[in-house]
Amino acid sequence: MNLSRRHILVLLPAAAVAWKSVLAGTPEDSPNYSMSDHWWGMLIDIPKCIGCGNCVRACQQENDVPDGYFRTWVERYHVTDTNMTNPEVISPDGGKEGFPAAKEDAGKYFFVPKLCNHCADSPCTQVCPVGATFVSPDGVVLVDQKYCLGCAYCVQACPYGCRYIHPQKEVADKCTLCYHRITKGLTTACVENCPTGARQLVDLKNPADPIHAFLKTHSVQVLKPQMATGAKVYYNDLDGSVH
Amino acid sequence: MNFFRDTGHLFRFAGLFVIAFLVFWAIRGYVVPPTFGRYGHYRAAAINEIAARPLHYAGHAACESCHSDVLDMKKAGKHAGVNCEACHGPLAQHAADPLNVTPVKLDTATLCVRCHSASAARPKTFPQVNIEEHANGVTCETCHQPHSPAIENSASSAGGAK
Repeated sequence: MNLSRRHILVLLPAAAVAWKSVLAGTPEDSPNYSMSDHWWGMLIDIPKCIGCGNCVRACQQENDVPDGYFRTWVERYHVTDTNMTNPEVISPDGGKEGFPAAKEDAGKYFFVPKLCNHCADSPCTQVCPVGATFVSPDGVVLVDQKYCLGCAYCVQACPYGCRYIHPQKEVADKCTLCYHRITKGLTTACVENCPTGARQLVDLKNPADPIHAFLKTHSVQVLKPQMATGAKVYYNDLDGSVH
Repeated sequence: MNFFRDTGHLFRFAGLFVIAFLVFWAIRGYVVPPTFGRYGHYRAAAINEIAARPLHYAGHAACESCHSDVLDMKKAGKHAGVNCEACHGPLAQHAADPLNVTPVKLDTATLCVRCHSASAARPKTFPQVNIEEHANGVTCETCHQPHSPAIENSASSAGGAK
């Protein structure tokens, strides 16, 4: 074969690209689920939450979350009418077994379920030194536990406190938005077990999802919008005292 | 051949570069996981590994295929929006093997109270009772059928569907 220098210069990068695709292998078949068709988030309807703790228990059972650690938890806010900026917040054992009964007084009470906000521009994934945590093509922030070193940079970086170091595995762990469920057409464990519909899984890429009408017609916020994280957990009727 | 005079050291040096590059390429190919970088700066195979984790909650649709009688009653009542496993717990194993894995009997004394015990913190429109005053030691299911809890339904629901 007679190759000129020009041909070799053209062929070498082409061969490199071809070799890279050989190394990468063929993508796994997932006939019913296409990552590019979804962009997941969650809607939390504060006035519907009764603080039963079903979501916290369901999450722990579905995902084998160790005791004392939480992928989702519920906070109860007590805001007195004169002290908006300093609410009393309790979350006994993450709200897993409910909350102590509250007595009627001058203040107002409400529950705020929290979980990973699955930010589109997440600070946690940006600080990972090894590429072990990432935003998946369908908008879910995940941790590659085989790759994670357990350095806990991401735990510090999350503005919402949604990550922890798993005590046995010694790697970062967090809400996966029940990725093993939503890719099979099921909803998340917390949504499945919410008795009042205060939590709704939403697919922002699905034009038929009722979230689009809801976002247009309700006063919806995300937590810490000033952080510009692109949070995708939307809170309906969120009080200004929530931090 | 004036051009190649005194250039042997340059070729040795170039050879060293080529060898170093090949060694780097070989180590890189061995160390970097195959799917790293397919979608971004991470291992794409991790996505499928996470998606393959086992289920614990079967999901509401799984109950419908066998328990349609209870579901019809539930749909007609106040608990229509409450999914089965919200009270009955994770039952994916039962759904996969209904004969050998049977759910445990539930205790209404803990279950009902989780949602319906009176607290000023709960939304005012949500039905809630002071347990001591309301039940006076009587268990909830004595009066309320949990799948359709309103009292006016209980007489008919005791005999089957509403």
